[in-house]
Amino acid sequence: MLYWNQSRECMPREEMQKLQSERLIKTVKRMYHNVPFYRARMQEKGIEPGDIKGIEDLSKLPFTYKQDLRDNYPFGTFAAPMSEIVRVHASSGTTGKKTVVGYTRSDIERWSEVMARTLVSAGATKESVIQVAYGYGLFTGGLGVHYGAERLGASVIPISGGNTRLQVEIMKDFGTTILACTPSYALYMAEELEEAGIKLSELKLKAGVFGAEPWSEAMRNEIERRLGIMAIDIYGLSEVIGPGVASECPCKCGLHIQEDHFLPEIIDPETEEVLPPGSKGELVFTTITKEGMPLIRYRTRDLSSLDYSTCECGRTLVRMSKVTGRTDDMLIIRGVNVFPSQIESVLLEMGETAPHYQIIVDRVSNLDIMEVWVEMTPAMFSDEVKRIEDLERTLRKRIEDTLGINVQVRLVEPKSIERSQGKAKRVIDKRKI
Amino acid sequence: MVVKQISIFLENKSGRLAEVTSILGDNGIDISALSLADTTNFGILRLIVNDPDKAETVLRENGFTTSVTSVTAIGVKDEPGGLAAALRVLKDAGIEIEYMYAFVSKKDDEALVILKTGNLEKTAEVLSSGGISVLSAEEVYDL
Ligand SMILES: [Zn+2]
Repeated sequence: MLYWNQSRECMPREEMQKLQSERLIKTVKRMYHNVPFYRARMQEKGIEPGDIKGIEDLSKLPFTYKQDLRDNYPFGTFAAPMSEIVRVHASSGTTGKKTVVGYTRSDIERWSEVMARTLVSAGATKESVIQVAYGYGLFTGGLGVHYGAERLGASVIPISGGNTRLQVEIMKDFGTTILACTPSYALYMAEELEEAGIKLSELKLKAGVFGAEPWSEAMRNEIERRLGIMAIDIYGLSEVIGPGVASECPCKCGLHIQEDHFLPEIIDPETEEVLPPGSKGELVFTTITKEGMPLIRYRTRDLSSLDYSTCECGRTLVRMSKVTGRTDDMLIIRGVNVFPSQIESVLLEMGETAPHYQIIVDRVSNLDIMEVWVEMTPAMFSDEVKRIEDLERTLRKRIEDTLGINVQVRLVEPKSIERSQGKAKRVIDKRKI
Repeated sequence: MVVKQISIFLENKSGRLAEVTSILGDNGIDISALSLADTTNFGILRLIVNDPDKAETVLRENGFTTSVTSVTAIGVKDEPGGLAAALRVLKDAGIEIEYMYAFVSKKDDEALVILKTGNLEKTAEVLSSGGISVLSAEEVYDL
């Protein structure tokens, strides 16, 4: 099986554009009539749904920012009544507020469709045994892949993340052929296999669909070598739908965007101008089939570029280059989005001004670890060891509660954190991505 | 009877202790007692010096985080049970010791002990009436 939906995945460009135009027009109408914040934004720009006659008018539409989703927390950006929403997911966000997404029954259908395409492009068939080791829950990873695998008719092992020893035993005993998880967790599993004394020849593993965090070609090579598989990069973000927005094919030369559902643009993040194909800039998505929570010109902050040439695999779907960075200071740690400002707000609670701090991220034994170094201030200092240790513990607990991931906190001497032009360098990312 | 002690936050890196002592030396400040409480990641250096206010100023100017704590200094006889007697007096009065450290005196037959307790006045009072010699700040700074 080469494609899941050949008529769409190999659609001639003109036909695709026609389809996209029809769908965009419908989506803009839906947003204008059902979502007050976006209607207000269109009115500010003096735009009415009738002004949008096709994808050539896309750039007339106002952008949507992550902040808009937070401002309308939790359900204010939904374009369908709650009676039609059958599922809600949420992603981590700054200052405690999560970004919430809602799906109608047909949104779930479409999500299953694009995820089935993703799995097939990694070589999956209905004979495949797919081990879904992405987290299940509010995070879209687990359930997103799960529904796509069921749509395909494969056998799904909904094991979720964690319990690595069980993961590798099941991988061997159940004859897993496709593994779905974060790339760092895939490497962690490779280590666990070695520790458990399980040889690659005892496994039936053929491919892996890995995403939810940035990873390098070097990491791909290592995963492929140590697990003896083909490692495929998949891209998605919960606001747009979750996993299934874009995926590599076996050519591994960019990620095919499911553009009959998600219309991409590349813009200059400063001037907000749309850039021509091939230029590197910020990836912007417009969902053109979603009902529960469509997004128009959503700023992803991910840096990429677009290639419209037909791929060797036969797909005409536009390819985005592997995401190489962010336009903001967001870090992705074990699949969780972390902003330095979240740590700053915790530190601010300790006194009137936040002490200088630095976030050190590294990857040890293939797992992301994060340390927060905080410069000791007179207000925090005590001559008792116990009180300083309590302070370290309190800081760690508060940061962990805010971010939702484990961190180490280290108190350091004043001025020991490197400054550039008076400002401390906030993030040192030692991971080789 | 209150003795001022300077506490300094130090990371456990080599050379930091030497830096503190040389800054103080360069500024003509003498250290009469010193104790380092450390953990795997950091340490707290506690000092008794002849000019605590000046010491704090120069250390802060050099970028150290410091604090001044009031402590009690006592002289105990350098013989078996000398310290135990002082500790018993405090225990009987229900005074808890947060930390303590000893250092040598110029007098051969006496050891000096720095005590940090919650209530300084009561500590001095209880010790004095228990027959323990409590030193004045001047006596300690001049050591
Ligand atoms: Zn391809």
